[in-house]
Formats: sequence, structure tokens, C-alpha cells
Amino acid sequence: MNHPVAAAKFNEDAARTQWHDEALWFVRQKRDRASRTIPEWEALREQASQIKAHVLANLDTYLEEFERNARANGVQVHWAQDAEEHNRIVHSILKRHGVRKLVKSKSMLTEECHLNPYLEAQGIEVIDTDLGERIVQLARQAPSHIVMPAIHFRKEEIGELFHDRLGTEAGNADPQYLTEAARQHLRAQFLSADAALTGVNFAIAETGGFVVCTNEGNADLGAHLAPVHIACMGLEKIIPRAEHLGVFLRLLARSATGQAITTYSSHFHRPRPGTEMHIVLVDNVRTEHLAREDFRAALKCIRCGACMNTCPVYRRSGGHSYGYVVPGPIGAILAPARDLKTYATLPFASTLCGSCSDVCPVKIDIHTQLYKWRQVVTEAGFLPREKRLMLRLAGRLFKYPHLYQAAGRWGRRLLRKLPRRMLYTPLNAWGRARELPEPPRQSFREWYIENRKPE
Amino acid sequence: MNVALFVPCYIDQLYPRVAVATLHLLEKLGCTVHVPLNQTCCGQPMANAGSERDSLGAMHHFVDVFHRYDYIITPSGSCALHVKEHYDTLGERVDVRHVRARTYELSQFLTDVLKVTSLPAAFPQKVGLHASCHGLRGLRLACSSELHAPPYDNVRRLLELVDGLEVVDLTRPDECCGFGGTFAVSEEAVSVRMGIDRLQDHLEHGVDVITGTDMSCLMHLEGLARRSRLPVRILHFAEILNGGSA
Amino acid sequence: MSSRSDILAALRRNKPPQSPLPDLTPRPEIPSGALEATFLQALELAGGRFFVSSPEHSVSQALAEAYPAERVICSAMPALVQGTVDLHRITDPHHLASVDLFVCRGTFGVAENAAIWVDERQIGHRAAPFLAQHLAIVLNRQEIVPTMHEAYARLSVAEPGFGVFIAGPSKTADIEQALVIGAHGPRSLTVVLMDENDTVRT
Repeated sequence: MNHPVAAAKFNEDAARTQWHDEALWFVRQKRDRASRTIPEWEALREQASQIKAHVLANLDTYLEEFERNARANGVQVHWAQDAEEHNRIVHSILKRHGVRKLVKSKSMLTEECHLNPYLEAQGIEVIDTDLGERIVQLARQAPSHIVMPAIHFRKEEIGELFHDRLGTEAGNADPQYLTEAARQHLRAQFLSADAALTGVNFAIAETGGFVVCTNEGNADLGAHLAPVHIACMGLEKIIPRAEHLGVFLRLLARSATGQAITTYSSHFHRPRPGTEMHIVLVDNVRTEHLAREDFRAALKCIRCGACMNTCPVYRRSGGHSYGYVVPGPIGAILAPARDLKTYATLPFASTLCGSCSDVCPVKIDIHTQLYKWRQVVTEAGFLPREKRLMLRLAGRLFKYPHLYQAAGRWGRRLLRKLPRRMLYTPLNAWGRARELPEPPRQSFREWYIENRKPE
Repeated sequence: MNVALFVPCYIDQLYPRVAVATLHLLEKLGCTVHVPLNQTCCGQPMANAGSERDSLGAMHHFVDVFHRYDYIITPSGSCALHVKEHYDTLGERVDVRHVRARTYELSQFLTDVLKVTSLPAAFPQKVGLHASCHGLRGLRLACSSELHAPPYDNVRRLLELVDGLEVVDLTRPDECCGFGGTFAVSEEAVSVRMGIDRLQDHLEHGVDVITGTDMSCLMHLEGLARRSRLPVRILHFAEILNGGSA
Repeated sequence: MSSRSDILAALRRNKPPQSPLPDLTPRPEIPSGALEATFLQALELAGGRFFVSSPEHSVSQALAEAYPAERVICSAMPALVQGTVDLHRITDPHHLASVDLFVCRGTFGVAENAAIWVDERQIGHRAAPFLAQHLAIVLNRQEIVPTMHEAYARLSVAEPGFGVFIAGPSKTADIEQALVIGAHGPRSLTVVLMDENDTVRT
């Protein structure tokens, strides 16, 4: 996975890059407007951050409390240490019920575990029912954003896709028309599904229930019709009490899309009579991450996507350039924990501008973690060799004043003397689209010595 | 007031006029400015590029050079932030703590210590203020657009003390320019895209001059502007506060 | 050793030092006189609409005006609104797919976001407010709280096996951020505000 290479490819289409950037900036602006309707917005962020920090410090007791209460409600609770175990558990439930068709609402966790290909290999048809997810599923692509999975698609491309796969009119790219076609298609799936799988936005320890937030109603259309409902969640999605939902539900949609709340905030406690409800609690490296003092705060994430919408790099490189199920700033601090070597370029896909940290509703110190992951990548030896050598050289230069001064003098001389064609070669990445600075005759130090009485 | 001037390495070598303007400005405002001649670099380039280890030499040297001064002023938000935020790596030492507490970015010093309320300078131009990220969200020189908090902008306030100067509002007031240190080279495509978008914003608003607290950002924008021969001048704000020329 | 015990053991080993829960004292920012206006503004923003019923203009009449073309009506409040389909005769929720309009009661509304709490005891089948083509919710205009904080203070969220905050019709913006009202769920939401002093109650 090489972010700069993927990002350069993305930028080859300048018009499309501009369109993508503006689409996401628009969402950032909606978020700003929504946050400004709440005078105590910053205090809410602080509360949310503290609630999540408290949860991480008590994750074991809250999960035990949650399990106790969920079981008392007639919900079956399963524990999975890794992705494979999660997939096996889900499959065994489906197999027991003879499930041939599963409808699925958005769950980043199941993406992380690669559940769909696993189930499909077992002969189970999986229909992603969130419209954005269905689009990428039909297109056989990965989602490029955790809240707006198809944000990278132009409507004409969706029109073509639907014409091909759903039989809509050729050339019709009207969003209303296409959504109507998806509605008919997906409602038929809900009505014929054998089981439903949803994610979990928040699980409540004190009641054993969980909340799923959607705008389309697809989680509910799946869960309330099928005889089996499986809800999959990462361990960290627990919150202590129902009253804490007040904080999170006021922050989530405003941060994600600029809405005051999603259309549906569904609270599940007990299965419908005669049906089964299952919850799968998934570790998959989370307990390991909890031990990392510098990085554990990333587990506070409520998957709103605000960091992606504000990130100037994400907006101009697209979610696929990160190569990880969760892209953008939060992805860049989660992925290295999973596979440092593969994702070594992600912490560097940033200028450390800090915008992500300022929009994060749970105040994850994203840009600080990006800086720290860079140090980890370097210590592990995963920086490209030339960069490693340059850094060592620079380190030595800046330690010794005479070396530094000499290097500066000679560098400026070279810049002044070398002809343009020797300066602006393909080796000069700066010079591809920018002029080099005009090299002055004197450094400031030299000017100062000449013009002022030095001490 | 006795202060020391910390000259960022790239300003020393490539934009000495910014350091000259800073020196003159501080002197005009009544400071006695010491310039340690054996200073090199604060270590930020190496640290941000992933190797704090390779920046240790520079960081130790910095503390040695500057620890005896009451105020350490630099015309660079990112350098000042690096000293204040990352020098904890050097350990809990009195001299390190002192240097971290006493290092100021120039506008910070003018606002928080000198409490400047007037400036003997004129600059009748339309100016676009580039809100460099480390100064903005690191040093909190202004309220960033992400936050729902009372607005303030210490850099803009200083610029507006200059006679005839008009600070122009931009479409995206504080989006990053894309320099980011080695990012400018290692993620060149995105870096250039970001810089071009910033320039476009300024030009669409009829800006004559683009300014800011960090010459690194401005160097990147200037490089792009000169390559495309865009009709805009780029000056560090020290040069403007000092009267438009060193 | 089960996965459960392994995970719990790892959590105990790795968890960070204690950190306290914050005080959640909410700050009421919406004056009580403005609750209904704020709610209705938020409802409009969310793509919903409303009618106010009165002894002269009943809920039934308001809905007949709002949905003149809708034939198959399922009402969870037969005393207020007579439906054409008896909710209690339906044993299989799949059959609700043919319902044009579903009418039910909402427990209370939230002013800041137009969310209405509906629990399963008010709707017969959990699928009903999602499967119907259109949804109408009857709400007492006095039962509007300022924010989600007050909402959770008055709710016993675990009491019903299922409950949902509904804030408008279903929608999506997944196609080039163009907002489309009526995604998979109901194409419209109509809130009928009733005064608690009106004699007809369910």
C-alpha cells in the first residue's frame, strides 16, 4: 500500500479531484453549520471524550454488565477474538437457520473482518442494503468513505451501473429516479431475506441494548422482517448508561452529515417473539491497541467520518488511496496498528494541519498520533532508504554550526550557479510544479556579521 | 527588554530578509535583540519526517544556545510549536523547560508580551492572510473555523494596525496550503493541488499580497505562484508590519 | 480458555488508568414557549410536514387531506383514525408492505431535532412504520422536550423490546450528495399535532 503513488494517480484527473474535494468540503460546511446551532458544542465534545476515556478504562466491567443484561433480555451474546472467529460465528448462526439470503446494514466492523467474501464463499447471498454500500457492492469496489461509501462515484456512473445491474433506463442519472429503482430492488430483498445483520452504533451496558442509526431505515427493514437478527460490534462501542446517548446522539449526525439526528435511531433490547437476536462482540486487535498509551485514544472513535470530510489530503486523494477499510485521518492511525509495514505511508499522508483533531466529536488527538506513528515507522525501519539517509545527514549537519553554515553557503552557491536544466530534473520533486526559492547572496547570519557588531 | 532572535534555518539560508525585518521590527518596538551566531535549527524537519532521533543533536544544540535568554522569538509558528510541544523528548530538565516556556512565535510575542496596540507602518494593499496550521491550531493564534468558540485572530489584528492595509476574507479561511515539510516532496501531487487551491482562493478575492506567519508555507505558495506567473506578491507578515520592506 | 475469558483477561491487563465520568448537567437553551416552534422548524428541515388537529379539524380529516390518493391505510389508533386494514389481524409483518399509510401515536417529540419516540407497544409490528409507503404520527403538542438529554431523562429505554426515534421521512444523499426524500423507508412523514385537552384520546 503506497498512499503517495495512489494519490498521484488520483490527481491525474484534476477536474475529478476538484469535484471530489468540493463534495466533501460541502459536508464539512454542513457540519460547521450544525455545530453552531448548539452553543455548548465544545463542552459536549469534552463530555463525549471523557465518557469514552472512562469506558476504555473500564471496558471489562462494562462488557460483562452489558452481556449480563443482554442475556437477561433473551439476546444471545458471542465473543470473537479475531476476524476469522467473528466470521465463523456469524456463519454458524446463519447455517443453523438455513439462511440463503442475508441483508446487511452498514457495519465497518464486518468490512474489517471481510465478512461478505467469507459468507459468499459459503454459498450465502449477502445484500448490502445501505444505498451507498449497495452501489459499491454492485460495482465490486471497496467503500471509499465510512459514512458515504459511494462519494467517489459520479451520478452518471451510478446510472450506468444501475442500467447494467438493475435494468434502469440507459443514460438516466437523476438521483431521484435511481434512488427509486434502488428502493424497489432493495425492498424486494428485505421481504425475501432469511436473516438480517446490522452494525452497532452504541451498546448500552446498563440495559444490555444497542442503538443503530440510519437515514434510510435499512437496518430496521432488515431486522424487523427476518427471523434472525445478528448485530456485530467492536468491543469499544460500549457506553455506560442510556443517558450518555443524549451526548452521543447530539454529536454523531451533526458531525457526520450536518443533520441534527439521523432519521432513525433504533433502540433494540429484546428479540421479537419467536425470533432470535444475536450480538457478536469482536476484539480483533482492539485489546492489544488498548495497551498502547500513545494510541489507545483512537478507540474512542464513533465512526462519524468528520475527520475525512475536513482532511485536505483525503479530499484530494480519495478513500481508496489509503487501502484500508477505514480511510482518512482515523484510518491512518488505526491501520498501522494492524500492519505497520503495509501501512507505513499512511501516517505521512498528512501535513499535520490538525483540522481532524478539531472536528473529532470525541477529541481524539489524531494529528498528534500521526506524528507519533511516524516515529514508530522510522524506528521499525520502514522508511524508504533514501529518506532515512537524508534524515541522518540532516541530523548531523544541524548539530554542528560550522557544517550547517558551510552546507548553506555551498547549497546557495549551487542554486545560483547551476543552469536551469540541471536544477529542474525529474529528480527534483519540488521543481516539477514549483520554482525553487531565489538563493540570496548572504545568509542572515552573514548579513548580521557584516552589518551589526556581533557579540 | 532583552530578547534573542531564533532564526529558522530556511529563513537564514533562503529568506534572510524575513529575519532582518523581524530584527528591525523588534528593535522599533523597544527590544534589545541578541542574535546567537552559532544557532542552527530547531530540529523540526527531521522530527516531522519521522525521526526524532535524528533531530536530537539539533534540539540539544538549540537548548544550549538559547537557554540563557528570557525571550526567544522566532518568525515561524511551526518552529515555535515544535520547541514548545516536542522538546519534552529531551527530558525534564530546567533548561529545557525554560526554553519551551520562553520560545514565542513573533505574533504571539507582539500580542501576549509586548501587547502591541499600534504600529508605525503603512501598507495600502489588499492582503490575503494565510493561516498557517501550526500557528493556528497549535499555538492557537486565532480561533480555527472548526471550533464553535468566540472568534479572534491575533495575526489579523496586528495586520489591521498597519495603515491602509485591508485584510480580505477568503472562501476557505484556514485550509492548509499543503507544504507540510517533507510532505511537499513525498506527497508532491496532493501538496501542489492544495497549494494551487489556496492561491486560487486568494486570487478570486482580488488579493495583491499573500502573507502569513510561516515562510515555509509562503515558500511553497510562492514557488507555485512564480511557476504559473500569477499576479500576486508574497511577503512574510514581519516584512509588512515593519513597513513593507526590510 | 474461551474467547470470552481471553478477551476479558486481555482487557484487564491492558486497560488504561482510571478516568472519571463527566458531569452531564444539561444547559437548557430552548425556552419552553419556543419548543413547538423549534420542533416544527426542525421537522421541516428534516423533510417532514405537520397539521394541527382540533375538534373542528380532526386527525382523520387532516390525514385524508394530506393523503388523498392513499387507499390502504393501517391505523394503530382505530378510535382516532379508521384504517382499511386491521393491524391486529396481520400476523406476518411482510404483509405490511402493501400498506400505503401507517398511522400511529408518538410518545413525545424532541424540539432540537424533531425526533419522535415511538415504541413497539404503539405500533403492533416493529416493521410497520418502516414498511408503509407513508407514515403519520400523532403527537400531543404539549409533549415536546427541548433536547436529547431531557428525552433520555424521561425514557425508560429498556422497557419496550424495541423503540425508535423517528425524525422525518426516510432519505439518502448517497448519489452525489443530492438529497432524495424517500429512500427505503416511508416516502413522507406527517406529524399531526393534537392538543391534550381535545376530548378524543386513544
